Amino acid sequence: MSGGHTTYTPTTGIGRWFDSRMPLPRLMHDSFVSYPTPRNLNYAYTFGGILSVMLIVQIVTGIVLAMHYTASTLLAFDSVEKIMRDVNSGWLLRYLHSNGASMFFVAVFIHIFRGLYYGSYKAPRELLWILGCIILLLMMAAGFMGYVLPWGQMSFWGATVITGFFTAIPLAGEWVQQLLLGGFAVDNPTLNRFFSLHYLLPFMIAGVVVLHVWALHVTGQTNPTGIEVKSKTDTVPFTPYATVKDALGMVVFFLMYAYFVFYLPNYLGHADNYIVANPLKTPAHIVPEWYFLPFYAILRAITFNIGPIDSKLGGVLAMFGAIAVLFFVPWLDTSKVKSAAYRPWYKLFFWLFVINSIFLGWLGSRPAEGAYVIMSQLSTLYYFGFFLVVMPVLGLVETPRRLPNSITEAVLAKNHGSAAAHPAGAAAAPETKA
Amino acid sequence: MKTILSGLAALCLGATLVTSAWAQEEAHGGHDEANPTHFPIHRPAEMDWSFGGPFGRYDKAQLQRGLKVYKEVCSACHGLRLVSFRTLEELGYSEEQVRALAAEYEVTDGPNADGEMFTRAALPSDHFPSPYPNDEAAAASNNGAAPPDLSLMAKGRTVERGFPRFVFDVFTQYQEGGPDYIHALLTGYDETPPEGMEIPEGTHYNPYFIASKSLAMPKPITDGQVTYDDGAPQTTDQYARDVSAFLMFAAEPHLDERKMIGFRVITFLLLFIGLLWLTKRKVWSGVPH
Repeated sequence: MSGGHTTYTPTTGIGRWFDSRMPLPRLMHDSFVSYPTPRNLNYAYTFGGILSVMLIVQIVTGIVLAMHYTASTLLAFDSVEKIMRDVNSGWLLRYLHSNGASMFFVAVFIHIFRGLYYGSYKAPRELLWILGCIILLLMMAAGFMGYVLPWGQMSFWGATVITGFFTAIPLAGEWVQQLLLGGFAVDNPTLNRFFSLHYLLPFMIAGVVVLHVWALHVTGQTNPTGIEVKSKTDTVPFTPYATVKDALGMVVFFLMYAYFVFYLPNYLGHADNYIVANPLKTPAHIVPEWYFLPFYAILRAITFNIGPIDSKLGGVLAMFGAIAVLFFVPWLDTSKVKSAAYRPWYKLFFWLFVINSIFLGWLGSRPAEGAYVIMSQLSTLYYFGFFLVVMPVLGLVETPRRLPNSITEAVLAKNHGSAAAHPAGAAAAPETKA
Repeated sequence: MKTILSGLAALCLGATLVTSAWAQEEAHGGHDEANPTHFPIHRPAEMDWSFGGPFGRYDKAQLQRGLKVYKEVCSACHGLRLVSFRTLEELGYSEEQVRALAAEYEVTDGPNADGEMFTRAALPSDHFPSPYPNDEAAAASNNGAAPPDLSLMAKGRTVERGFPRFVFDVFTQYQEGGPDYIHALLTGYDETPPEGMEIPEGTHYNPYFIASKSLAMPKPITDGQVTYDDGAPQTTDQYARDVSAFLMFAAEPHLDERKMIGFRVITFLLLFIGLLWLTKRKVWSGVPH
């Protein structure tokens, strides 16, 4: 996973014994100690590490919660309340897990926006980007199924609405829906299989994360200039430089996480999920978790038929298309320049895209009526326009700003040449530096 | 370029704000007072709760009064099925007091050695028994509208905050929408419906009800109905405050502990951030980046 720059030399007998049999310590050393990282990485680049830790937090809290949870429609709601009331620190575990899911998505959205801003998806990192998209899809499935488990009103009706999308698929739709539900409506078989899959998916995510990190360590990281690493002075070793920066970013992120867990634990959820699921009583507004709201807005924006595609199928296609389009981004962007820092027009459209995405999220929480529908349609148009029109066209017509020759040059220009070109022996051997 | 960018950004933001304000107007349009389409008709007032904010704690005397209101008034129709008697020790009662309090209730147990179900006095480990054997019985006794269980009422009802209030809530730590709603509902029965509004038979107008203009529950409590022995005012408003606070406790019994641990965690993280920041500065000091 280290891209062939190994500098590991075992010093102890045991170290040498392992190294000649199964060089796991070497892999770790090469991946997380001596691994060269661009010296100009900013805090936007700390979210990969944050996401890995959030995945571990979710798995650990989830495993303990599963020890107390009962996946049965008769007992699920009460077993969650039992966790909240009677299990030692159960309330903490559950709030960590439910808010952890939200924080996971906060981090992944920033991570994706970072990738879009700095052109992290461009050659030779297309596979790295696609693996990331797969992780996003798996995360969405895990998040959705996890929300069903407490068996509140939003759990039940959210599951009913979302599995209902699949009936829009021609021919196979009903069959797919019944396979998901284990019957004709959301019921005990649905809850059981969702619990099973919710337990499985994080481990699948962990598997793809390993591939994602592997691919990353082959190509190396991008950096805010978008220029590839050319010489040793462009990089610093992962430890201590990236480690300490990642740690700082992570702890600041944890501060926000803790703020929600301890002071606003139910802010990101929906009050209706504290009412036990009732198949006979539909809530006034069925809304998904906040992190699905932009996609929900896109789904509901298609209120018209397009040729043979009716509005229902059109909405579902648009919603899945909103994620599918991400897979093609490496080929949709025609610009040779990676970083938005040197692309004035792309930068403008990028920030509009960010604002538009947040706006879509807000629209997703509104009822689909009146002016909201028109706004959702315009917003959806820009969402797809950004990928399908702006990205390909801008790369051909935009004049990028002058690129520096190397990362080192860019860094030194920023620091007005006040420091040495060589990072003071840092790249060579940080651990031996006095 | 920078000025163009910021100008455009400002323009977009402005346009967004204007259109969203317009859309909100649109959505809540049709100001026909007699036939409202959005509920509640009035937004609940934000009360001052002892448990609000980062250092908020339950007021035990208030919770004891709230429990009294629940026992003497609400419990005639509403259950509290998720709350066990032993939890009430958190209200400042001794083990003996809780045992005595539980013994006032009868619960069904069994089957015994003869295969018969029997009733016995409740133990601290039992939960509050519900007033009706099942939802159907509850509905049958109440004109078809089963009185909901109150265990999670304070977390299961929140009037939508809307933009931009929900943004400010993150910073003010507003999490008391539930008790505010319960208080508003219990004190909202005295308002007269606007001219021309039709109130369905068997329901009672309340402009604070979350789902409609009227609800099946009649005005549940009046001034002086419950006797307080700690000198607190015996008014509907005070009853409503106390029982709302008690129901918040019933829904979130570990709130005090949560906020106490939260303070320690946040303090620790802030110190840790400070140390890490210094370390990071030291490590990177020789490396322009």
